[in-house]
Amino acid sequence: MSVFFFAIAAFIVIAGGIGVVAARNIVYAALSLLAVMVGTAGIFLIGLAEFLALVQLLIYGGAVVIVILFALMLTRIQDFEFLSANKHWPLALIVSISFLVLFLISILVNKRTITEMSGVDISELGLTLFADWAIPFELASLVLLIALIGAVVVVRRDNEENR
Amino acid sequence: MELIYFQLLAAILFCIGIYGVLARKSAVLILMSIELMLNAVNINLIGYAAFSSLGAAHKNLGQVLVIFIITIAAAELALAMAIILRLYRNKNNVNVDELDILKG
Repeated sequence: MSVFFFAIAAFIVIAGGIGVVAARNIVYAALSLLAVMVGTAGIFLIGLAEFLALVQLLIYGGAVVIVILFALMLTRIQDFEFLSANKHWPLALIVSISFLVLFLISILVNKRTITEMSGVDISELGLTLFADWAIPFELASLVLLIALIGAVVVVRRDNEENR
Repeated sequence: MELIYFQLLAAILFCIGIYGVLARKSAVLILMSIELMLNAVNINLIGYAAFSSLGAAHKNLGQVLVIFIITIAAAELALAMAIILRLYRNKNNVNVDELDILKG
């Protein structure tokens, strides 16, 4: 039964991914990205990671796609219509397919046969995060703070700039 | 369910992301393709965490790693969107094949 739901979520993810790289209109690409994020949250639920499914919906579906759409709103959106791939797209397709073949070979060679799944208790996850990984956690918060301050500094208009 | 489903989905999504990074012109779309690749890695890690046969002490390392990847991806996206907005304001153009102001 979970294979059925996994197939639905995987179809949403792959169709959305193709939509992101093939859409002509950038807003359609952003909405396809939203479909990918929601599908990935479904995959996380099937993979017994309930907390991360929630985080995925909140951060990617809520924040990331909205930030991209907001940035498109702040620019003139008609400049982004009718996007085309660059002239090297057959080369990109060859590289992508050869990576896919490489991944498929390595997956099929190292096939593991564990079939029982087991989730992680959310309190266990919190304890690990705040006990064993406390310093990386604090560093991550510092990275977020510096990145956001840097983003504000980069987009702020200079005073002498009268546009 | 088997682990190989997660691995196959992650491989396909990662290759779609590689194609997007290499073939698209607009910097915003390249950024979205990078997000696709990060998502593929997250799917792979969640699959390995769910099918892990390790004890409880090591089992949730996969999910902890996914939390850090999501955090770093959010920071990277905010900074990259800021740079793209700045670029658009100065150059009126975010197509990466026409931006050669760093070329010596």
